[in-house]
Amino acid sequence: MFDYLNIIFLETYKILFLLVPVLVSVAMIVWLDRRVWAFVQKRRGPNVVGPFGLFQSLADALKYLFKEIIIPASANKIIFILAPIITMTLALIGWAVIPFGENFVVADINVGILYLFAVSSLSVYGIIMGGWASNSKYPFLGAIRSAAQMVSYEVSIGVIIINVLLCAGSLNLKDIVIAQENMWFIIPLFPMFVIFFISALAETNRPPFDLPEAEAELVAGYQTEYSGMMYAMFWLGEYANILLMCALGSILFLGGWLAPIEIFPFNFIPDFVWLIFKILFLFILFALVKAIVPRYRYDQLMKLGWKIFLPMSLIWVVLTASYLFYFNLLPGN
Amino acid sequence: MLVHTLFFYIFSFIAILSAIMVTVSKNTVHSVLFLILDFITISCLFIMIGAEFLGMIMLIVYVGAVAVLFLFVVMMLNVAQQKKEWFSSNESSKHIPVGVLISIIIFFELTVVIGGWKFKPDIVSPMSLPLNLDITNTHSIGSVLYTDYIHLFQLSGMILLVAMVGAIVLTFRERSGLKRQSYFAQISRERSDSVKLMDVPSKKGVDIDG
Repeated sequence: MFDYLNIIFLETYKILFLLVPVLVSVAMIVWLDRRVWAFVQKRRGPNVVGPFGLFQSLADALKYLFKEIIIPASANKIIFILAPIITMTLALIGWAVIPFGENFVVADINVGILYLFAVSSLSVYGIIMGGWASNSKYPFLGAIRSAAQMVSYEVSIGVIIINVLLCAGSLNLKDIVIAQENMWFIIPLFPMFVIFFISALAETNRPPFDLPEAEAELVAGYQTEYSGMMYAMFWLGEYANILLMCALGSILFLGGWLAPIEIFPFNFIPDFVWLIFKILFLFILFALVKAIVPRYRYDQLMKLGWKIFLPMSLIWVVLTASYLFYFNLLPGN
Repeated sequence: MLVHTLFFYIFSFIAILSAIMVTVSKNTVHSVLFLILDFITISCLFIMIGAEFLGMIMLIVYVGAVAVLFLFVVMMLNVAQQKKEWFSSNESSKHIPVGVLISIIIFFELTVVIGGWKFKPDIVSPMSLPLNLDITNTHSIGSVLYTDYIHLFQLSGMILLVAMVGAIVLTFRERSGLKRQSYFAQISRERSDSVKLMDVPSKKGVDIDG
């Protein structure tokens, strides 16, 4: 029995050691997002609370915490409360398999990439449940849009992941990173990286694909009826999901924790710092896209997902497989 | 082993309870959500017996895609209302015997399956199979599925494709009078095609149609 307790304490310690930095960085990343956005539009952005406005997110969180939680009378109470909790939880459990270094991962499982894919495909439930349980028109419309959008773009993300798996020959995230030691997958699979990035934007409901919460048409989409801490949980979950997608992108294409060149000043920097750099790089791209690109129309979004991205990534799967087979480069041979 | 057993019982309890709740709960959306909970616990059970690939595929395919569509349909159609009307109308009494018949058949099939498993436990004992612990589940499934069973695999893929084409053909209806956006036409438009500069003579105007 003592052994079990020991294991439980050890695992809890590891999980806390991972989740607390993730939550803090989610708060910081909201600030970074707003600063980048402001920088592109020649504004100052949040710069009052704390040095460079760094504590703005903490102030916001405090504000949300003290606001009243309003539950609409006609709402389905249990599901209404469950929805933000599910969004937040799903955004955080994905981090369990992200390898920050060779031996720096909470759960090193054989099917890590499938696990991440499953978690990201589950995250649609928080949105659908929230939209339905609000029992109101705009949230429902937003939820239905979001469900259709996320299911469509998951398909192309899945096919892109198959491309990477063909090159890596393993479903384990650590093995995928180690397979990139000679060459990051962004070089042979560059078109797939571009499609992955755009699909990740759609999957996390970021602009230009933020149609589920298009404020011009749907007030705030599925979040319309939410207030106080429950709204903040949706918000945190969304940003944690974005960070998770950035982490997935840097593991699949940018070589995870690997340094770009194995020479002195680069390999002196610890592994996890490299991964954080790459996540930040991708996140700044996300923020720039938000500032630069106007919102898509809904039919254009669907057309892009099903008629352009899906065929392109399928063709690329055939190309990658044929190339690897013809030149006898298949991993495991 | 103690914790393993404990987890097994917790998951099976949740699975059975949510399976019962799927049929019992009055709200159809709640039913679908319980169905999703059932899928998730079943995939947890799969992972517990070491079939992590099956468990994850179950999550991705059933929970991530199929159940979303279920939820979609149930939410859109307002099934609860229809069910209430259906039960109170005369129409329902015609369908109930068919439903009873089907459930009796399914019950007998289940008894046959469980009975066969009970009396012939040694047809394929798991211990008699060669186990190679060096390769992962995914690799071993792939090495069987794409070699020995490749024809069956492709056949099932073709059946799914035919079903998909059939579904699209059944629901497709051509609507007339639609204006479709053509990106190519939009981008390839030049200034000379669409704008013309004209000198307008005073008090005479120009004939723009000509």
